[in-house]
Amino acid sequence: MAKRKKKTSIGIHFFANPARFLRFARKIFPWVTALAIVCIVVGLVLGLAVAPADFRQGDAYRIIFIHVPSSWMALMIYVIIAVASAAGFIWRHPLADLVAKSSAPIGACFTFLSLVTGSLWGEPMWGTWWVWDARVTSMLVLFFLYLGYIALNSAYDDPTKGARASAILALVGIVNIPIVKFSVDWWNTLHQPATLSKFDRPSMDSSMIAPLLLMAVGFIAFYLVVLIINLRSEIAARRIRNLRLAQAEN
Amino acid sequence: MVTAFFNLVGRDLRLALRGGMGSLVAVVFFVITVALFPLGIGPESALLERVAPGVLWVCALLATMLSLGRMFDEDYIDGSLEITALGPLPLEAVVLAKVLGHWLTTGLPLMIAAPVLAVLLNMSTEGFAVLMVSLLLGTPILSLIGSVGAALTVGLRRGGVLISLLVLPLYVPVLIFGVGAVEGAIFGLGASANLLILAGGLLVALAFTPWASAAALRMALE
Repeated sequence: MAKRKKKTSIGIHFFANPARFLRFARKIFPWVTALAIVCIVVGLVLGLAVAPADFRQGDAYRIIFIHVPSSWMALMIYVIIAVASAAGFIWRHPLADLVAKSSAPIGACFTFLSLVTGSLWGEPMWGTWWVWDARVTSMLVLFFLYLGYIALNSAYDDPTKGARASAILALVGIVNIPIVKFSVDWWNTLHQPATLSKFDRPSMDSSMIAPLLLMAVGFIAFYLVVLIINLRSEIAARRIRNLRLAQAEN
Repeated sequence: MVTAFFNLVGRDLRLALRGGMGSLVAVVFFVITVALFPLGIGPESALLERVAPGVLWVCALLATMLSLGRMFDEDYIDGSLEITALGPLPLEAVVLAKVLGHWLTTGLPLMIAAPVLAVLLNMSTEGFAVLMVSLLLGTPILSLIGSVGAALTVGLRRGGVLISLLVLPLYVPVLIFGVGAVEGAIFGLGASANLLILAGGLLVALAFTPWASAAALRMALE
């Protein structure tokens, strides 16, 4: 029992040492980059050229190959931020704080991409750029949550304080997201004519599912690539900060 | 401990009462923003009647948010927050006392002003009782969630602007269910479902937000 406990604590703290993490990151970085490039290129070719046009939506539906994976990423990255924040808050795990901090701008970008592509898709489909649809509205609120998180994280002079404050915010936010989703659905059924908010989703052909899944894998790999780059620069920035502080003390 | 709790609430109330006009700023803000709407969208009574519940709730929400900065900032600056933290009361209870003080000085006055403003906006009479109940259940949630934002920005230089960015997205459900209750009563759909959800939200917020705010305050006092 005691042995097992020791093992898990090693698992959690394995990457607490930034140097060890940097070695690991250097090893996987080329592979993840290659995976991102291959998946996104093949997914785009399959999705934009090979997959047949939808018999009702024509070619305009092809935007879902960007739109749907970026919406998934937007939600997934917020969950990652919340989990990393909890780990950083409970165990004071330095790398978890950095993962949360570095993920936030990427998540905000994916949320923005999802909103923009949704709006571009809405114009030919619904005849309007913006609809106060339940999903669109909750995505917009998620975008605001991301902005608040980023703003709070950078508001503190002391990065560890900023990390702890934004960790509390991320945890409050993750509790609130299902409530926001539920309330917006409720609000939408009261206010919106059902014809606009519901678009029927026929079972997809495999020629459309394959590029969608490829794009999703490619986006996850892309997230890891950007995350590793961000983490490297964050670790370097902390080192510079510590060196400067040491220099100032001498 | 109970005496300590009510002493703290009483202190906040006395400070607000003797502060004169300062504590009424939130209500005055509420009245002015509501009065701006007829100027902005036109004085037709049918239009005002339609938007009245939403306008009242949005303005109440903004007025609450505006006064959140007062919750911990002054005590932090003059050092009394540190002394209360050293006292017998756990920090979570301090947060609850502060929230109660904040609600009594902003939420309650807003509730008193709301029916008068509803008359000005020509809101239909079926909605008045539900508007009061929804504000009674909803404004404490706003104060509780707001305490997290206030605690997270304590001592920050740009705290005032930041707090709106942190707190407003979290206020969305309260706004939706608050307005939903009033509109439900006006259109004859019944308000009980929305009011029950608000009551449930109040209990959840009461159970969880003091922990988050206290954690944030502990960090600020380190």
